[in-house]
Amino acid sequence: MTATVSPQVADALRTLGPFDPEVCMSCGTCTATCPLGIDVLPRRVLRDAALGLEDHLLAEAEAIFSCLLCRACESACPAGVHISEDIRLLRRYLLRKEAR
Amino acid sequence: MRLSTVDVVGILADNLERRGSVLPIPARAATGWARGLALPRGGPRVLYTGAMYQLIPYIERVVRLEQRIADTPLARLSGLARRVNRVVNAIGLVARPSAAERRDYDAVPANVARLLQRAGVEFGSLYEDDLYAGALAYDLGADEVVAAHARRVARIFERYGVREVITIDPHTTTMLRSIYPRLVPGYDVSVRTYLEVLAAAATGSPRAVENEVVIHDSCVFARAEGVLEAPRELLAAAGLRVLEPVHSRARTWCCGGPVESLDADKAAQVAAARVAQLREVGTACVTMCPLCLINLRKAAGDTLSVRDISEYLIGAAQPDASPERPPQPARSATVRLASSEMREGS
Repeated sequence: MTATVSPQVADALRTLGPFDPEVCMSCGTCTATCPLGIDVLPRRVLRDAALGLEDHLLAEAEAIFSCLLCRACESACPAGVHISEDIRLLRRYLLRKEAR
Repeated sequence: MRLSTVDVVGILADNLERRGSVLPIPARAATGWARGLALPRGGPRVLYTGAMYQLIPYIERVVRLEQRIADTPLARLSGLARRVNRVVNAIGLVARPSAAERRDYDAVPANVARLLQRAGVEFGSLYEDDLYAGALAYDLGADEVVAAHARRVARIFERYGVREVITIDPHTTTMLRSIYPRLVPGYDVSVRTYLEVLAAAATGSPRAVENEVVIHDSCVFARAEGVLEAPRELLAAAGLRVLEPVHSRARTWCCGGPVESLDADKAAQVAAARVAQLREVGTACVTMCPLCLINLRKAAGDTLSVRDISEYLIGAAQPDASPERPPQPARSATVRLASSEMREGS
């Protein structure tokens, strides 16, 4: 399995707003607290965004749009990642991408 | 097959841009709650509904339609639906809740207005200019459309001389209080929820406890807007013991509502989990958000009474009157509410 890393993805996301997935230390607290229990939310999605794995982000679009933005993860995050805003910016990015 | 996310978000954004709401409803349906209340038009302080409670019966009709066509070949036509919707208000054609359904949800803003009046708070209404605030489109990432809409709402405030807004639901509150200042240069409007206004105006001692309710905090109120104590204080003043579920206050559990427009099945799963948590604590639940109200009510069926907080408060404020009643659960817990003195002297 191969993955294409594109630093431009995170840069493009930062032009849309205060995008901070690099603050994530991948502890998994967010995934454990998610009411939806989707394993890619939000930790793996944030990692994919930080690494610029655009193919992964496109494949995970359904999970990204399923997020409730309820902030349960954000209030528990020990690193203080602005998770809900990061997810919202990812949606904005994906909508622009898919609308092309 | 689910409907295309791009098309669904596109339809919602198109509606907000062209018709002032993600789900455009007739002006008479959005303003019906104010009939008979003699509220002045505009003024420095207004009650702003954002049409949220009024939208619920329409949202329900649209969600049911989405569910019906999701597994049919029609789901492939969502792109065509978006193009048609740009010309014709498709929502107006397919979503036609009954007068009884609408009346049930109109009761919430009407009761809130009466509560404020009884508390001696002076306020007006913007009637047909009381627009949806754009929360769903913002959450889905349609920022450009929402920014333009926010500027439109800010111009309405300016035109009516509005300096202070009293909101009802959490989604309108967070848009007007926390998001609009980022989207509209020079936006300077004070925003408080009616719960905060009433709690600040309350005087006198709490009534003796006559019953108990399980509180379901709204995620947005609890984690984004810090509205935690006001509803508890008001319920206590109304003679209700407030029971806390396992996930409460800033650790509250989502009702599933935010994902309903894209995936109703996931929304139902989350709501069912929350209802199970609430039922562990009591048989009557109080909500403070229209999305929580409808989603928990659907998941609860006849296993849990789910009511909006305004219904409890108006019942306590005018025990001998016949308040406007929100929809009743199939099996209501018996709730006796004593007269409240919380507004007297305020």
